[in-house]
Amino acid sequence: MAEGDLIRTQNLVKTYPMGSSRITALDQVSLAFQAGEFAGLVGPSGSGKTTLLNILGSLDAPTAGSAEVLGRLVERLSHREAAELRNHSIGFIFQTFNLLPVYTAYENVEFPLLLLKIPPAQRRQMTMAALDWVGLADRAGSRPGQLSGGQSQRVAIARAIVKKPELVLADEPTANLDAANSRAIMETMVQLNQGLGTTFLFATHDEKVMRYLKRKISLNDGRVEKDERLGGEAGK
Amino acid sequence: MIIPKLAFKNIRGAGLRTWLNVIALSFSFVVIIFSQGLYNGMSDQVEKATVDAEYGGGQYWQDNYDPLDPLTLNDAHAKVPEELQKLVAAKKALPVLVRQATIYPQGRYQNALLKGVPPEQGILSIPSFALKAGGGSIPALIGGRMAKSAELKAGDSVTVRWRDVHGTFDANEFTIAAVMKTDVADIDSGQIWIPLETLRVLLAMPGEATIVVLEKGSRFDSPVAGWKHRDLDFLLQDIRALFLTKSLGASIFYIVLLLLAMLAIFDTQVLSIFRRRKEMGTLMAMGMTRSKLIQLFTMEGAMHAVLAAVLAAAYGLPLLTVVARTGFGLPQATESLGYALGSRIFPVFTAGLVMGTTLLVLVVTTIVSYLPTRRIARLKPTDALRGKMT
Repeated sequence: MAEGDLIRTQNLVKTYPMGSSRITALDQVSLAFQAGEFAGLVGPSGSGKTTLLNILGSLDAPTAGSAEVLGRLVERLSHREAAELRNHSIGFIFQTFNLLPVYTAYENVEFPLLLLKIPPAQRRQMTMAALDWVGLADRAGSRPGQLSGGQSQRVAIARAIVKKPELVLADEPTANLDAANSRAIMETMVQLNQGLGTTFLFATHDEKVMRYLKRKISLNDGRVEKDERLGGEAGK
Repeated sequence: MIIPKLAFKNIRGAGLRTWLNVIALSFSFVVIIFSQGLYNGMSDQVEKATVDAEYGGGQYWQDNYDPLDPLTLNDAHAKVPEELQKLVAAKKALPVLVRQATIYPQGRYQNALLKGVPPEQGILSIPSFALKAGGGSIPALIGGRMAKSAELKAGDSVTVRWRDVHGTFDANEFTIAAVMKTDVADIDSGQIWIPLETLRVLLAMPGEATIVVLEKGSRFDSPVAGWKHRDLDFLLQDIRALFLTKSLGASIFYIVLLLLAMLAIFDTQVLSIFRRRKEMGTLMAMGMTRSKLIQLFTMEGAMHAVLAAVLAAAYGLPLLTVVARTGFGLPQATESLGYALGSRIFPVFTAGLVMGTTLLVLVVTTIVSYLPTRRIARLKPTDALRGKMT
């Protein structure tokens, strides 16, 4: 792995069984990402975006090839080691927000810190700071059911960045949001990328997201078709 | 400590489903404790009544005496040995002479046991003082059951026939001095109590006895030649075995109740794991391991039992305290069951019973809660996030 690379994949292959045959979700994907990137994986449904994010997030293991994330080879991680890597260094943002319904916004954001066994006073300070970053400090006591889609996604972002991870993986973060909320979410993430230096990696096919990207990787049928460096709002 | 906190939040968030399970489980708690307490109370009551009226603090039996074999009675008598006589003199023991007899109430024929007891004794809770009654005929004390079966009442006379020590038949008129009310059938049915010295004279067995009853709390258990010591554990073993059997029989009822509550918990767990796959995926994405997830879901299930214990304590403690204090009446028919139950039963709820039941329900609930969570051990985070169960 080159110096400064946060992530590096080498001939990454992922296949899934489908009946008696196997389908190839990723085919010989070789990519490298440096710390502080704001990059998007774009492509149609079934192009392998989510699969690649899952492997980079150590939620899944490659069938062949290698994926090195934060100096750890994903294919060699045990379930416990992978959980530890996610717990300490990776934040996730999902298309459907995936907030825990019985917890308040505050409790949802606090959750990763509980897993990290952060002391209560520090936990409270970090949680409120994260809610403040996404502009929802005043909704800390609201449950997900009481929040709009945009607010819910901002809570999910706060949850992803509260522990100040080196890497945030976002799978279609704006797919369930209208244009105004999508813009607000992307701007929030741009600010966090610039303010905290957190690396953001998106899977998206939302055109509205594209203009914020500093780098766009186009995937099709599990292969990298194009890897472009862009100006992007995040670069300004 | 994070798992219990999360588990509590989750089951609190589940709302009505949680409370239905908790209420059902709390019934199990109360019913188990109530039914076991009831049998404890019955057993204690029967033991106490029997000890007070019949067994005292243990007994010495003449070597030939076997209460289950009436044919031994003819030979089951001997002089009260010196060691026991000293206790009798100090009023720490009581000799009882037992002999078979036949009574002829209203011209009918009925077998009976003649029992001689000192009228002034204070060791057994029978109204033997009634035998001090003077007059020409021999005073006799009988119990309510005997009075009913022989159709006798206080003041009646009855002809009694027996064999003396030489095997010679003899007979006399006895006058019923009193009819005692007792819960202990063993000192009542088919028995006639008369003054010990009178019986000794009638049988030509001076200074003899069949049984020597020790005072309650007596620690005297020295070997005595020709006599066998029978402690309370021996004497009460049949009663204890009877109540153990009855208690086990009753447990079928609450096992069914517990199973129903467990079925509800199991069902809730299965449903919860099925419905919350995405949540499990999210938790795994945040770094929770499968084993922690299993702990979380098991804890959620087990917490139903904890809440049920709290709820059961809230309404069960006052309820059971009232029942323990006031008891409840039994139908007359229970007199014929063969054990010394009073007209009211007072359940006994011991700390051991409450703790044991709580522990039992907690352990069973935890096991039942754990079983469905084993599927999580095979769950892939990516499948969980997609809402799939592997």
